[in-house]
Amino acid sequence: MPESDDVTASLIDQVSTFLAEHDPMTTDRIEFLRARYAAGLAEVHYPAGDGGQGLPREHQIFVNDAFERAGAPDNSPGLNVIGLGMAAPTILAFGTPEQRARFLPSLWTGEDIWCQLFSEPGAGSDLAGLATRAVRDGDEWIVNGQKVWTSVAHIARWGILLARTDPDLPKHQGLSFFICDMTAPGVEVRPLRQLTGDAEFNEVFFTDARIPDADRLGDEGSGWAVARATLMNERMAIGGNVPPRESGMIGAVARTWREHPERHQPGLHDRLLQLWVDAEAARLASARLQQKLAAGQPGPEGSAGKLVFARLAQELSALEVELLGDEGLVYDQWAPSELDAFDFIIRNPAFRYLRARGNSIEGGTSEVLRNVIAERVLGLPPEERPDTAVAWKDLPK
Amino acid sequence: MTADLLYSSEEEELRASLGALLAARCPSTRVLAMYDGDASLAHELWPAVGIDMGLAGLLIPESYGGAGATAREAGVVLEELGRSLAPVPFLTSSVMAVTVLLSAGYSDTLPLIADGSLICALTIPLGSCVSTLSPTTTLDEQGLVHGRVDRVAGLEGAGLLLVPATGVDGELVLTGVRGEAAIREQVTSLDMSRPIAGITFDGAPAQVIARGAVAETSVQDALLVGAALLASEQLGIAQWCLDSAVRYLLERRQFGRLIGSYQALKHRAADLFIEVETARAVARYAAATWADASEDRFVASALAQAYCSDVAVHAAQECIQLHGGIGFTWEHPAHLYLKRAKADQVALGTPGDHRATLSGLVDLTM
Repeated sequence: MPESDDVTASLIDQVSTFLAEHDPMTTDRIEFLRARYAAGLAEVHYPAGDGGQGLPREHQIFVNDAFERAGAPDNSPGLNVIGLGMAAPTILAFGTPEQRARFLPSLWTGEDIWCQLFSEPGAGSDLAGLATRAVRDGDEWIVNGQKVWTSVAHIARWGILLARTDPDLPKHQGLSFFICDMTAPGVEVRPLRQLTGDAEFNEVFFTDARIPDADRLGDEGSGWAVARATLMNERMAIGGNVPPRESGMIGAVARTWREHPERHQPGLHDRLLQLWVDAEAARLASARLQQKLAAGQPGPEGSAGKLVFARLAQELSALEVELLGDEGLVYDQWAPSELDAFDFIIRNPAFRYLRARGNSIEGGTSEVLRNVIAERVLGLPPEERPDTAVAWKDLPK
Repeated sequence: MTADLLYSSEEEELRASLGALLAARCPSTRVLAMYDGDASLAHELWPAVGIDMGLAGLLIPESYGGAGATAREAGVVLEELGRSLAPVPFLTSSVMAVTVLLSAGYSDTLPLIADGSLICALTIPLGSCVSTLSPTTTLDEQGLVHGRVDRVAGLEGAGLLLVPATGVDGELVLTGVRGEAAIREQVTSLDMSRPIAGITFDGAPAQVIARGAVAETSVQDALLVGAALLASEQLGIAQWCLDSAVRYLLERRQFGRLIGSYQALKHRAADLFIEVETARAVARYAAATWADASEDRFVASALAQAYCSDVAVHAAQECIQLHGGIGFTWEHPAHLYLKRAKADQVALGTPGDHRATLSGLVDLTM
């Protein structure tokens, strides 16, 4: 495709010109990133004027590669996963020009970390049943309620918030979507300790917190449509390049096998090989899915990858503990870790075993994902929903 | 990872035309009749598939009258053949025997295979794979082959038998024996849609095709390409089973509801869908590695069998369970797929055999 090659060539030229004007070795990191955003080289699929050039997403990899080759600083995408993967696409899709200009630059550079305020103690799989209330007061909203499972809330400057603005409507219709200042009075973040001992997540309590109406994203009452777009992007954001063979959990277990010949035993050996096969098959399936996305054939099959990943993580980490025997029982620490970015591979196998139990719950339980595949891919009848046509306030709680 | 795991538009066209032909000419009732001794379908179908569609010589270079296609296209053909359980010698003759001949550099018979006038079979027992193969036939000083091979597929109509035999000095010799020079005994087998037979050589005149390392490599290549592409047949089987089960879940009512509305069954169907799509990626990858002569083709072949054969069996078992009573009848075709899937799981090495091969290839030995 020569046209596509021309676009790539032009982008690489632009990067060269930019680098000539902004020497990555002598320019301050944040200044460099701000200038890159201003030059439309942040994410080429963002619109012109908002850090991009309105080009197809697949060109971005060439831009990133060109910057990386020059030793330029990146925006540490791993530290702002929610911001880049969920908040930014939602702001791009539903934000006003003012909102895009106000929030996106510092989001993309990583100066501002973002979190997502969706799940609640009473609304997990049934997100649309959430109870956090936003009541209008002039040109502000007063928010009361509680969110849970909010990662990075304690370091986030902004959060994307789904709240109920009209309890008299059926549950999907009475929601609105806001951008919430995490430093505002009435917003309290408390760490939530999980069964690993760590506190990766937080609870967020709203007590008469005020949000300007100017920070509402999308129309009043259209919060569900906005949130669905956000969640759709969650899966897209995971994309990118396919990791090499024996990445992640299978790599750790394979290394353990190679380093511990004294623990080799036929039963463990066959389990290891079966899981190696399953992990490699899953890797190829995700490569194929990405090729489909790149070829413009998106589908809801992303749910399948998450389901398989969860099962593999659970079975592999369980095997690794057994493989190590008594050594596998050592636990590095029960006190909450100080790390903000969680790298499972540096923790020990017993930690990975415990942490993996969450993989089939977080981001959609495996059971809900099976429903999604059955209904949206295979066309099987939807679950009975007695709750969708009733005013939210009248639902049994 | 650069292998293209999608289907090209040419491959989709090939699938569509073969699929249409098989839908018209290979109904499951005719496959079923093979279990009651009526093999007429096998005789009628190969001329249409092999000659009229030109698939007999799909992998044969154009200079020998073939289509000069690659393992990728052969994979698509096998998906469709698997989906309809077509009893044709494509895998045994057009894929495995042709691979032997190409690998051994023996081109004399390729034009005859390409134009459909010759069916060729490699006389190895079902269940063979690279790690388990050891010949049970010998070649004597007069150039005559002796011995017996049990449970060989693709012998029906085979005019040329490729017989790996142990030579006088103990080395492997790949010999060619005319089909009528051997004695064939049909076996009543689990999967009658791919008939198998025992074959006896009682001093059969043979021509030497290759010796030693060349002979070994050519047979190994055939087993490896066969393993890689059998995965596509298994994918086709699994896809039929999934489609058939989902169709039934959407028409059968019990307790006043479509049974497809029950979560216990929806979840089984969803899990099966994931397995089938994963098998597709694995099978496509295996075909692509052979098409591209990638260094990873040995791993890809073992992976393909270690993964896809279990998926086909599981899909056939689920298909029967999700159909309930009707799925257990002789009349419903689900059992035909179970029988082929189970036979395929053994055909070119069991998943356990291939996991053992993999353990050596990826440095995870016991």
